[in-house]
Amino acid sequence: MSKCFPLTGGVHPAENKQQSLQQALKQAAIPRQLILPISQHIGAPAAAIVEVGETVLAGQTIAEAQGPFSAPVHASSSGTVVAIEERAIPHPSGFRGECIIIETDGQDNWVELQGSEHPFKLSHEDVLEKIRNAGIAGMGGAGFPAAIKLRPPATCDIDTLIINGTECEPYITADDVLMQRRAEDIIQGTLLLAQLLDQPQRIVIGVEDNKPQAIAALQTASRQYGDKVEICSFATKYPSGGEKQLIHILTGREVPSQKLPAHIGVVLQNVGTVAAIWDAVKLGRPLVSRITTVVGQSLSEQGNAEVRLGTPVQDLLAEFGFKPDDCHNLIAGGPMMGFSLETLAAPIVKTSNCLLAPTPEELPPAPPAQACIRCGLCAEACPASLLPQQLYWYAKAQDNERLLSHNLMDCIECGACSFVCPSSIPLVQYYRASKGAIRQAEVDKVKSDRSRQRFEFRQLRLDKAEAEKEAKRQARKKAAELAKQKAAAAKATGNDGSQATGADKPADNDLVAAAMARVQNQQADPAEQLAKLERGVNNAHNRLQSAQQKMAEAEEPQQEKLAARVKQAELRHAEAKKKLSDFNAEQKPVVSTAEDKPVSKDDPVAAAIARAQAKMSMSPQEKLQANLDSLAKRLDKAREKIAKAEADGDTGAKLDAVKTGAAKLAEKIAAAETELAELQPQPTTTVANKPEQDAASAAIEKAKSKAAAQASMSDDDKRTAKIESLKQRLSKAELRLNKAEAEHDDNIEAFKTGVEKLKQKLIEMEVN
Amino acid sequence: MELFTHNSQALLIALAVLGGLALVFGAILGFASVKYKIEGDPIVEQLDSLLPQTQCGQCSYPGCRPYAEAIANGDAINKCPPGGQDTIDAIAGLMGVDAPELDAEHGQEAELPTVAYIREDECIGCTKCIQACPMDAILGAAKQMHTVIADECTGCDLCVEPCPVDCIDMIEVEVNLTSWKWQLPVNKPSNNTQIIASDKTGGAN
Repeated sequence: MSKCFPLTGGVHPAENKQQSLQQALKQAAIPRQLILPISQHIGAPAAAIVEVGETVLAGQTIAEAQGPFSAPVHASSSGTVVAIEERAIPHPSGFRGECIIIETDGQDNWVELQGSEHPFKLSHEDVLEKIRNAGIAGMGGAGFPAAIKLRPPATCDIDTLIINGTECEPYITADDVLMQRRAEDIIQGTLLLAQLLDQPQRIVIGVEDNKPQAIAALQTASRQYGDKVEICSFATKYPSGGEKQLIHILTGREVPSQKLPAHIGVVLQNVGTVAAIWDAVKLGRPLVSRITTVVGQSLSEQGNAEVRLGTPVQDLLAEFGFKPDDCHNLIAGGPMMGFSLETLAAPIVKTSNCLLAPTPEELPPAPPAQACIRCGLCAEACPASLLPQQLYWYAKAQDNERLLSHNLMDCIECGACSFVCPSSIPLVQYYRASKGAIRQAEVDKVKSDRSRQRFEFRQLRLDKAEAEKEAKRQARKKAAELAKQKAAAAKATGNDGSQATGADKPADNDLVAAAMARVQNQQADPAEQLAKLERGVNNAHNRLQSAQQKMAEAEEPQQEKLAARVKQAELRHAEAKKKLSDFNAEQKPVVSTAEDKPVSKDDPVAAAIARAQAKMSMSPQEKLQANLDSLAKRLDKAREKIAKAEADGDTGAKLDAVKTGAAKLAEKIAAAETELAELQPQPTTTVANKPEQDAASAAIEKAKSKAAAQASMSDDDKRTAKIESLKQRLSKAELRLNKAEAEHDDNIEAFKTGVEKLKQKLIEMEVN
Repeated sequence: MELFTHNSQALLIALAVLGGLALVFGAILGFASVKYKIEGDPIVEQLDSLLPQTQCGQCSYPGCRPYAEAIANGDAINKCPPGGQDTIDAIAGLMGVDAPELDAEHGQEAELPTVAYIREDECIGCTKCIQACPMDAILGAAKQMHTVIADECTGCDLCVEPCPVDCIDMIEVEVNLTSWKWQLPVNKPSNNTQIIASDKTGGAN
């Protein structure tokens, strides 16, 4: 026997193992209903593969593993699936979990098991596959899928295989009974695992020295199989059976914080798991039952039973004469690490090693916690060499950072500190809560980091979209400017054309021009001209004066406008004076009484002016419009004056002067119209700036040329052109209509009305 | 006289040595300030990592980072209801100030985390909630039913208000078997235990 290393810390609670060892192993009856939770292990829950109403046989897979960190679930007896629903499960939260409910038929018919004659001749992969398919999860209590532990990382060189038969927790004797009854199977299973791990140097089964029968049985069995398996017994002390603790006891090595045993070359399995593995490989029998200790003074008999997984706790307890009134707290697991079961309806699962149904005298409720007196007993008891007292303070302060720095995560929650605490402080519960809070904080942190990433990515995406939009906007703007420049350039080069049309414009207004010419012809007399000029000077002078006066009176905003008017008036005054002097220099002043000029001559002028006005008002250009408006006003005034002169029977000179003014105004109107003609293409060019609208720009181009052509056309020409285009449109529309009729288009009606309208327009046009 | 020149020489040497040292260290400091220049404000990064990243805007800033920046510039640290007292404590610890209570003006700390849930048969597919979601946690298209990716939802509430048909509920996330955790023990004496009077006041707490 090799040397054992003593456990650090640890306690000696009352063992209470004898009660359940008095009776032989009992075979629990097949319950009426089996409740099989799909999650009896650590990792992803299995997924049900049976349906309600389906008949199942014992050993049949009813839920498949989901990924490597999972284990399948098998029917533990034959019967019918009656429900797949949430049921009470053995869990400290008291929550319900999804279960497959089987109504048993009592036949206990098994599926055909695929055993193996020579398990040691199987390949590693086959063995692992069988272990995985048998749904074996650590049966010591943690429920870690066994197959994963048996395939350690390739970087880890495994030199020691430890089988844990310690069973250090009080009351529990399930592993003891198993070792006594199935020592050979355990030894063979151990050898199989050793082969799977490529024969580690040391293969050892650790058993506490309070199980002499089990040790003897194992030693006998080991001798039978070549004494390859060392049976190591050591002093009983709680919690020697902890994974890291047992490794230390047997090898003297310590598993580093946050590392696995495999990292120091050790693989550890529970004896129950090894027996189940042997069953799975040798017999092909999946994990459908286990040995459970049923103990406590509220039972009429205490002992161990081989129980089918899924058996409701109440059914099992009933077989041991359970008196519910005597039991104050039903515990799943042992008194140190177990948890209270809230309902008797919960089933036995792969990790249920014990049911403890104590009376209040047997296991009194914990007295109320008192203040920590800093005695330090907990630190002495801690098998993980932590500082429970410090952890307690930090846990109360919820100081997660300090808890982590004091290695809270290495706490195995064995309860030794709570056991020794003279103040009855539920220390383990503080640590469990703090561990939960830390894990939650980690989960929250991961989520918040992901949230930040998502948010930032979203912002980035939105910014990018905005930037793209902006870039497009800029590009459009640039294109528009370019087009404007081009248009300006085109106007500069094509100015001759537009000027020509501008020059033509007065000719276009030939009616006005003719009227003016007639009027002027009638005023050809030099004397009249002189008089007219003098009148003009006077007029201009008067206007200047009145404008100046108005400006003086006017308010601020109007002054600018008026100032311009005054200047204009001044200029005109000067011009009139100059003209007069010029005239005087050229010709002898002739005084004539050309009084009898027909007054009726005014009418055509007025008419011409009105026409001119009408024409002007047709102009679309706002600016020019304003200009022309003022001109029109002045024309109005001139007209008034003419009327006044007529009424007064005034002298011809005065009348003539007014008429000259009118003529000048007409000239100005002509000039304005020229400008207007030049400006006309402007709005279309701005529209044409959208670079992507090729079709539109083409249409605009056409319209522009048409407009230019029209500008130089006479009314008749315009009309004929219009009629031409209407005719073209009509023919096109008719064509379309024909096509639509041929194809039975839905839009025939619309086409028809369109053609109708065009025809009507054409007729109107022709009549005009 | 000789003494004086001797003294002035010593003075000059001292000046030269100290000046030289000043230049050398100045150069090193100047180099270091360029070479090891820290981009951004590190305190903002730390604050941002403490905030819950719900981007809910209850603090009146448009997201967690802007609030972190505001705290770095001296704003109150108790404006984050989703983070609650834990976040306030953490920020107080970082800033070295006393942790105040949560400012009720900005909302209450929720008992349980929530996620948005779209009653899908009532959804008209307007995409308004999708645009409001700071997490891109709502899936859907125009005229198509929308749904919330519960794992990505932070329960910020921002999608509830824009919904024209009020088909979004905020549902509390129930604790399940995987998210369940032990609670800190509450020290309550059982009825049949004889205790001394001071125990009732929670001496152990």
